[in-house]
Amino acid sequence: MSSKLVNLKLEQLKAIKWRDVVIGIFMPMVGVLAFILLWHTAAPNIKTSLGDFPQPKQVIEQWGNLVDEYNTEQERAAVFYERQEKRNAELLAQDPSAKIDEREFNGRPTFFDKIETSLFTVLSGFFVASIIAIPVGILIGLSQPLYSAINPLIQLFKPVSPLAWLPLVTIVVSAVYVSDAPMFSKSYIISLLTVSLCSLWPTMINTAVGVAGVSKDLINVSRVLRLGWFTHVMKIVLPSAIPMMFTGLRISLGIAWMVLIAAEMLSQNPGLGKFVWDEFQNGSSDSLSRICLAILVIGLIGFLLDRIILLFQTYVNWDKSAIVR
Amino acid sequence: MSQIHLELTKVGIEFPTPKGPFCALQNVNLKIKKGEFVSLIGHSGCGKSTVLNIVAGLYQATTGGVVLNGREVNEPGPERAVVFQNHSLLPWLTAYENVELGVKRVFKGRKTKAEMREWIEHNLELVHMTHAIHKRPDELSGGMKQRVGIARALAMEPQVLLMDEPFGALDALTRAHLQDSLMEIQNELGNTVIMITHDVDEAVLLSDRIVMMTNGPSATVGEILDVTLERPRNRLELADNAEYNHYRSAVLRFLYEKQKKVESLDVKRAEKQLDKNVADKAKSVA
Repeated sequence: MSSKLVNLKLEQLKAIKWRDVVIGIFMPMVGVLAFILLWHTAAPNIKTSLGDFPQPKQVIEQWGNLVDEYNTEQERAAVFYERQEKRNAELLAQDPSAKIDEREFNGRPTFFDKIETSLFTVLSGFFVASIIAIPVGILIGLSQPLYSAINPLIQLFKPVSPLAWLPLVTIVVSAVYVSDAPMFSKSYIISLLTVSLCSLWPTMINTAVGVAGVSKDLINVSRVLRLGWFTHVMKIVLPSAIPMMFTGLRISLGIAWMVLIAAEMLSQNPGLGKFVWDEFQNGSSDSLSRICLAILVIGLIGFLLDRIILLFQTYVNWDKSAIVR
Repeated sequence: MSQIHLELTKVGIEFPTPKGPFCALQNVNLKIKKGEFVSLIGHSGCGKSTVLNIVAGLYQATTGGVVLNGREVNEPGPERAVVFQNHSLLPWLTAYENVELGVKRVFKGRKTKAEMREWIEHNLELVHMTHAIHKRPDELSGGMKQRVGIARALAMEPQVLLMDEPFGALDALTRAHLQDSLMEIQNELGNTVIMITHDVDEAVLLSDRIVMMTNGPSATVGEILDVTLERPRNRLELADNAEYNHYRSAVLRFLYEKQKKVESLDVKRAEKQLDKNVADKAKSVA
């Protein structure tokens, strides 16, 4: 009797697992494969000035080409440094007091260098935005008058497109950021500021909502304990607001990544945006497949950035049982 | 024992409503001696919690005032620790850390780190929570949470302990258990306690005096009943005790004959007005 029951349970378990497998692994694969098939069959029918629209196969080929380009550049750099070292050694042998030059290899940035530049730019822009948005969000969440003062500005600037900010930022940076030996290139500063200006708002608003929504009971506890302002914020307000805050940070980072590509196109910051723009201007037969590849890489990186923030949220959040998706 | 510790004089409070001010309490007078256990009982919405919140300093009386040890109460403070109905523990802190938050605030500079640690553990021991000292509220049952809430309040060494229906949200068995614990602690520490309840048995069992409140609006103290049952009290022995049953029926008669509840929605509405103001703020931010 009981063994029958156990068997029944086992079968039930098996059934549940199958369902999980189908939903968790099989169906996503079906979706991706269907997309690739559709792309594969539709692409040859789209005739462009640069030839047929690339098929998935050609896009993957371009990946190989870009990796080759990267390896070639690495080799060229190695050769360059070897030569420089040799030359310097010879110079020193002739005259120990000779002045020697140590030059950086000045090669073309490859696709992977551009990914690195983009990541660096987006993260610094996002960092600047967060460092402004979180404290301001906390302050306006705590104080209704302050909120009323700042809210119109938030509502006014939140919908502004990065493309509208960019000319303004470009001109202001060109005028203000003048230096003989600049630590950062202008294009980097411009992209960073544009990203910050656009990704500021979701974090600010969500932090404010989270802070203002702290349970009244907990506020009463804080009042009875007569906690100081700082302890009140650190022990009561921030832990309550963390889930909302991270929702804001996630939206902000998503926006930052989207804005970055546009900003890089126009500011000529040597990242993925510039890569797409250059390929567009280049107009070779490979250009379309390279742009397709860039789009896939941009999407993938955006997805990974979101996951990283999620991981960070699970790490910081006190409620480990909270479901994040 | 005989000197007046806490005194409420002509306390009244009005809440602003869209239809003009609503008078929730009027002319509440109460004198409480040191070490006394006083219960406030009355129908829901009669302003019991409002009285407690005024003593706590969370609400400001419109007329009259509260004096504790010769000083007027006009803001919340740890010398009037509150045990909230829904425990109100910080969900991100363990039982120990929840108690620690208050202890750090009250004994800063007066106790060393080791002394504080000992004091926190001692208070958790008082409420029999030593076994779950490093658990977070979501890992504790309702009764256990309320125990930690009591420990947090006791650890602040309050001059008056204010309890707002502390056992209202618990099942009957857990409630009885906690009542016994509370009597035990009270026996040991001799705190001055004001407790709100709507449970007649609880009031008679725990209190030295029961303050019965009339129905709102403009609620006030109706009758005060002195409970002179000998301590320590045992709920089983008292069940057949004539004196106990006499007190019990006195309270019941007050509640169900003299102050028969006429449901008035206005009262609740006005009581919630202050809460609403805070909620509105949150909403408008959203």
